Amino acid sequence: MTSNVDKMAVIVRDLVKQFDSFMAVNHISFSVPKGEIFGFLGPNGAGKSTTIRMLCGILLPTSGSGTVAGYDILTQPEQIKAHIGYMSQKFSLYEDLTVEENIDFYAGIYGVPPGQLEERKNWTLEMAGLSGRRGSLTSELSTGLKQRLAFGTALIHQPDVLFLDEPTAGVDPISRREFWELIYDTTARGVTVFVTTHFMEDAEHCDRLGMIYGGKLIALGSPAELKAAFHAGILLEICAQPMMRALEVLEGVPEARDVTIFGQMLHVLIEREMDAERICRALEEAQVSCRYSVISPSLEDVFIGLIEEADRQTAEGQG
Amino acid sequence: MCAKHTNDNAYNIYAHGLRKSFGDLVAVDNLSLEVKRGEIFGLVGPDGAGKTTTMRLLTGILDATGGEAMVAGFDVFRQTEEMKPHIGYMPQRFSIYADLTVGENLFFYASLYHVPRAERLAREQELLEFSRLGPFYNRLAGNLSGGMKQKLTLACTLMHTPDVLFLDEPTAGVDPVSRRDFWRILYSLLREGVTILVSTPYMDEAERCNRIALIDKGRIIIADTPDALRGRMHGNLLSLTATPQRQAKEVLAQLPAVLGVDIFGDQLHVRVADAERDEPVLQKALSEHGIRVSDMRRMAPGLEDVFISLLSEGGA
Repeated sequence: MTSNVDKMAVIVRDLVKQFDSFMAVNHISFSVPKGEIFGFLGPNGAGKSTTIRMLCGILLPTSGSGTVAGYDILTQPEQIKAHIGYMSQKFSLYEDLTVEENIDFYAGIYGVPPGQLEERKNWTLEMAGLSGRRGSLTSELSTGLKQRLAFGTALIHQPDVLFLDEPTAGVDPISRREFWELIYDTTARGVTVFVTTHFMEDAEHCDRLGMIYGGKLIALGSPAELKAAFHAGILLEICAQPMMRALEVLEGVPEARDVTIFGQMLHVLIEREMDAERICRALEEAQVSCRYSVISPSLEDVFIGLIEEADRQTAEGQG
Repeated sequence: MCAKHTNDNAYNIYAHGLRKSFGDLVAVDNLSLEVKRGEIFGLVGPDGAGKTTTMRLLTGILDATGGEAMVAGFDVFRQTEEMKPHIGYMPQRFSIYADLTVGENLFFYASLYHVPRAERLAREQELLEFSRLGPFYNRLAGNLSGGMKQKLTLACTLMHTPDVLFLDEPTAGVDPVSRRDFWRILYSLLREGVTILVSTPYMDEAERCNRIALIDKGRIIIADTPDALRGRMHGNLLSLTATPQRQAKEVLAQLPAVLGVDIFGDQLHVRVADAERDEPVLQKALSEHGIRVSDMRRMAPGLEDVFISLLSEGGA
């Protein structure tokens, strides 16, 4: 198993965390190879944060085992903390400190040796595009620059595994793309990135995704694999006018299993291809124009489809 | 492309040349927009773009430095008090009381807006039903999940049956399941004829609006239907898988034909001026560097691609 540990940045086996009678994390297992960008998705309260806390050595599991950066989550939490970086959604920068003071502060916390400080500081400033702004107050930086500074401070001690919690919240699209560039540069140097997000645009950037729901891992795979495995049905995009009338009509058509508005289009989930004709006929009989095409599901469709399936299974298990 | 609505209804939100400065900072700069009755209009842009200031101007909370605005048939700046009973505003921070129950929060908002008692009970029933908060009537708001707090906030905002609804980043930090649930509620409001202005940083959410405006540095850069916006992207988008990926990206970025390259997991998205003309050029350059390419094909741009193309090329 030694070789496996060498290749894997994160290994989790049968991890459980129970708070009294509440099973927050329910026997989950997965591994993340070194240098991978792993996206960890799930609704609020699904067990995401609890899992990450256990991986970061902040919370002890009830049972199960795991390693992060080669260290045991049960017995070596302090070594784990020294070898991981963490960037929170709020960026946790001190707004009333200068750029340089923030870097010095985090270098101190993470125990960067004084001999390396200048080199690490220059690296951070350059990476963040802040070389000319050492003395600027952090509060004066744009959200995009703050994000890069926070990213740099999380990497100041050259960790092996970097945890990012909703890293792109509130950032404009261009800064977001540039930020992903930075993440790819970082993983190219062998750092493993573990990211949680509600942004499906971010999830698309990950090498692999794990979806957690009700404390269980309900899916694991690349974005393309997850989309290909979408079992919920066939997705139609329908151009129907007038739309509100179309919505009313579709409420009475059982073949339309799920109807969502997207701008001027309707997305309708059906079971079989032949249902599309039935739906269009029902619309046209009600004087609603209908043109449709079959579209591939988005990651959000996949995400919601998986959760609804898990809910159905739970209901059947109880019934 | 889907045909446009041909409603002849007057605008329920109208702003012309709206301007707000705080000292030297121009937060909203010559902003104009029009939203019809029953329409949902999305303001999309990064933090600090002016979305919240625009909402506060249109709800009469802030005075404008210049320009004019009409909402629900009232002059926003001259008839502010008359307008207020006809609008609802959901600010970014949930404005419900954590130490009151769901029912008490609804009651509080009903009193605040002077909803008559007889109407209040019927309205409360209606709101509990569509927000599915009925079973949690006696729960403290502080003990609700994020998605439920958001629905309760919306229900409170709707207690007085407003005609025009302003929602400032209503789904920030909310997971995709609650988000889709929330949008279902918004669509049922549209069917009742409510007009909605919503701001969001999420592009996939923007796709759900009838029309959207991209706002940056206080100015509207472009406004149209999501469909029409996609048609305004400069050039085409190609997706491909290439190994080794990093090297492929560097080679592509050097080519004059390439306007942009981004990594998406194991795929590269490449923006070119003309896919048909440029695809062989890309293939040739990659094979000359010994890079293996599979699955190169044209892909439909997302709104994010469109905005990046418009922003990076200096506007529309």
